[in-house]
Amino acid sequence: MQGPLLLTVITFLPLAGALALLILRREDRLWIRRLALTTALAELGLSLLLLRGFLPGVAAYQFEEYRSWIATPPIHYHLGVDGISLFLVLLTTFLTPLAVLASWRSITSRVREFFLMLLVLETGMIGVFLALDLFLFFVFWEVMLVPMYFLIGIWGHERRIYAALKFVLYTMAGSVLMLVGILWLYNLTGTFDLPVMQALLQTGQVLLNTRTEMLLFGAFFLAFAIKVPLFPLHTWLPDAHVEAPTAGSVVLAGVLLKMGAYGMLRFCLPLFPEASHRLAPYIAVLAIIGIIYGALVAMVQPDLKKLVAYSSVSHLGFVVLGIFAFNATSIQGALYQMLSHGVSTGALFLAVGMLYDRRHTHLIREFGGLATPMPVFSALFLFVCLSSLGLPMLNGFVGEFLILLGTFQQHARWAVWAATGVILSAVYLLWAYQRVIYGDVTSENNRALPDATRRERIILFTAAAVILWMGIASPMFTRRMEASTQNVLKQMQRSTAYEARDSRGAAPRAIQPAIPSAGER
Amino acid sequence: MVPPIDDLYRLAPELVFCGFGMLVMLLEPFVSAARKKWLSVPALAGAVLGLAATALPAAHPGAAYYGLLRIDTFSIFLHLIVGAVAVLVVLSSADYLEREKLPPGEFYALVLFATAGMGIMASAQELMTGFIGLEISSIASYVLAGYRRDSPRSNESAMKYFLLGSFATAFFLYGIAMAYGATGTTNLESLRNAVAQGHAGGLLTLGLGLMLVGLAFKVATAPFQVWTPDVYEGAPAPVTALLASGPKAAAFALLMRILFVGFTASSGAWFWVVWISAALTMFAGNLAALVQTNVKRMLAYSSIAHAGYILVAIAAVGTMPDDAQSVAGIAAVLFYLATYVLMKFGAFTMVSQLGGPGERRLDINGYAGLSQEQPWAAACLSLYLLSLLGLPVTAGFLGKFYVFKAAVNSNLLWLVILMAVNSVVAAYYYLRVIVVMYMREPQQEWTPQPVPRGVALVLLLTAAGTLYLGLFPGKVMQLAIQSALSLR
Repeated sequence: MQGPLLLTVITFLPLAGALALLILRREDRLWIRRLALTTALAELGLSLLLLRGFLPGVAAYQFEEYRSWIATPPIHYHLGVDGISLFLVLLTTFLTPLAVLASWRSITSRVREFFLMLLVLETGMIGVFLALDLFLFFVFWEVMLVPMYFLIGIWGHERRIYAALKFVLYTMAGSVLMLVGILWLYNLTGTFDLPVMQALLQTGQVLLNTRTEMLLFGAFFLAFAIKVPLFPLHTWLPDAHVEAPTAGSVVLAGVLLKMGAYGMLRFCLPLFPEASHRLAPYIAVLAIIGIIYGALVAMVQPDLKKLVAYSSVSHLGFVVLGIFAFNATSIQGALYQMLSHGVSTGALFLAVGMLYDRRHTHLIREFGGLATPMPVFSALFLFVCLSSLGLPMLNGFVGEFLILLGTFQQHARWAVWAATGVILSAVYLLWAYQRVIYGDVTSENNRALPDATRRERIILFTAAAVILWMGIASPMFTRRMEASTQNVLKQMQRSTAYEARDSRGAAPRAIQPAIPSAGER
Repeated sequence: MVPPIDDLYRLAPELVFCGFGMLVMLLEPFVSAARKKWLSVPALAGAVLGLAATALPAAHPGAAYYGLLRIDTFSIFLHLIVGAVAVLVVLSSADYLEREKLPPGEFYALVLFATAGMGIMASAQELMTGFIGLEISSIASYVLAGYRRDSPRSNESAMKYFLLGSFATAFFLYGIAMAYGATGTTNLESLRNAVAQGHAGGLLTLGLGLMLVGLAFKVATAPFQVWTPDVYEGAPAPVTALLASGPKAAAFALLMRILFVGFTASSGAWFWVVWISAALTMFAGNLAALVQTNVKRMLAYSSIAHAGYILVAIAAVGTMPDDAQSVAGIAAVLFYLATYVLMKFGAFTMVSQLGGPGERRLDINGYAGLSQEQPWAAACLSLYLLSLLGLPVTAGFLGKFYVFKAAVNSNLLWLVILMAVNSVVAAYYYLRVIVVMYMREPQQEWTPQPVPRGVALVLLLTAAGTLYLGLFPGKVMQLAIQSALSLR
């Protein structure tokens, strides 16, 4: 099981690539791009090794690495991967090469710095998913802000500086409180190590009183809720997404938002089950508001990129709802939705970015009838839209279906409200698609637009292939997630107390996941 | 009467600093004007040897001069800090003095004397000795602040510093007198016993209050911080770097010795004072820094805010001064001082380098497009700023982390929350400078100044130190913990 340093290599390879970029002269743009792409692809290859070596059906962390880092207080360099983080790492390594490719031509100033930031960002993101020491987790969590800040602030659009500052300040406000929460937990448990902390809390060796648990939950949850973002903390998102360059939006929507949901799944639920249960109804209400509100706001956006941004608020609402329904099916659905949203929304942003490269605008009314000049692009764009709105056989459907199914088993009313979001997403996506692609060519500027280039086709076809694959071969994924998602619910069981909730918490574990894992064999 | 040889060992760093300071002054008249810049060689030798001489007291710990000084790990830790600051000041000022056409001889002598004073403050186990150390370092600093004689701002800076500083030391002296009147001793350990036996009357509390006022001036904590921005702005840039680092660390050392050795038993009397001052200082520094347009002033306000963070850790110790856990708090202060000195010194040196002749490029907007014009300078300054802001992988983060940890450990929840809020507020103005450097186009043509070798070395050392402490704080933290243990 002890993968020799595989996780360390995966975490720091992009950083090494970033430093290697510094050796190149800043004029050698082609080589800079090639080196960045090579690093990103090598990283993807390594993460596939991880996938191959990963044992499905094991709930424990795999490929663990454990080394002492700081003596006082005891902080360890502790990495590990389980069914929850495995696919998020893969999502990161999958989206980064696409982001590099998407920036191939559209980034023309300070090319070296751009790819440097992108690769440093990748190290930060992977570190967040792999860290099992709370201190280490926080370090990666915060470090990641810096490259993202530069990506938005230097290579973004008109209001980039405002958006970059807003993004950083919002995130920092949450994370500083999380740091206090981490320290408080350390004070109570004497460790920063997540598995140890988990065991201490679960076996009742360390008991949190209700007030402490609620406060700690709040400190963690706020940071994650800002990142997700949960309504009403979402206001940084449209600005950051719209102003970021395409690669930035892809990574932001594809991976960064998932960190919030990942944090809830990894920390909030297992460490603070009582507070989670108590606050779940309120959080679910916010999530449902987010689903519907995000969809409605997306519907009326005149700006295509903003529309995609608000659709993220809506989709991530599903994820939060699925997590806080405390049901094996819904949690698995939430994790699946995280992945498929990463791929679909990433692809949407890539497609929007291609339009922007041609016309330097995101406004829907500037387009119309693009099917005529750009048939290949239009077909692929439709495919991506359909996956985002949850068409069966494509990836978006699996996640949403599992979430709604699991939530329905627990709280039928939540599921009913949330289901409206599925309908609304079809409305805003198809309507926008219709206005952009169908009809007559309304603007002369659009008549001679070139269709997708070879590079763009590679990007979109790759995304489409993964979308289709995730839609039809979902058991391949769920089989590896299953043990870990169920483990989250198991970790929420405390050995003492909480009898009243045990009956409720235990019930869903008896229910088989909606898609039997045997399906793949 | 010749003091015993061990006592001389224990005073070795100060003797070296003073000896070389006088040597530089003696050499000065014999060196022709063209060769004056070579005076930096004996000055640098003095600073380096003084720093190295810390090994002697480290090998001979204990009380010196009948208990006036006490050499312990705590004192060694501070000696390392102030000695390093002296080395950095000499390195960074050689070319500055030449560029600004300032006489180097007296400058170096004053820097070395000031460092000797700071060293004494770090080991003073007796109030009058502490006062003498404070005066030695202060008087040298007053002169240094006004070293650009023909610049009105520099004169203003020196005048303000001198007037307010004199008031502060007078308060401090008054406080000592009252403490002596109440207990009949100025030795901190005797004071501790007196306090423990219940001699802590109103007079002693008043004395403590006055001493706190005096030291609050020196470390620039609210409500006695008002002088800082004017003095820092007007003083020559290497002097600003010195003022913001060395004397502050030394004054905090003296403050800690007085509070944690002399007045542990009456922590109830000072805990709330420190608590309130910490809260006020953080807000006063950060809120004012938000609206600054001059980089030097902004950094001055930010150093006020940092003093506030340090007070948070001191307040954390105040909740349980006798407890073994208070060690974590004291160690947090010491570690913070080490990180703070590194990043602040680096930032001020960078600003001085970018300022150019006559220090004209100080407006934040003047940094527009710096990242394209001088990418390494921009990257370096960003590193210091991110460290001041407290982002991980930099020293500033771990400094803040240990302070947070100490405060959480002492259940100072509100103070922790105030500090958290302040960290976010501070993020805004540090990031603003980065925004200007990286995200704005240049508005005015600035000819990049060639970076002199000494300055480059200072920048390299501080940047490397900032990263080293951010990644591997273990060794320094270990030393800080031993220092904290040695204090009791």
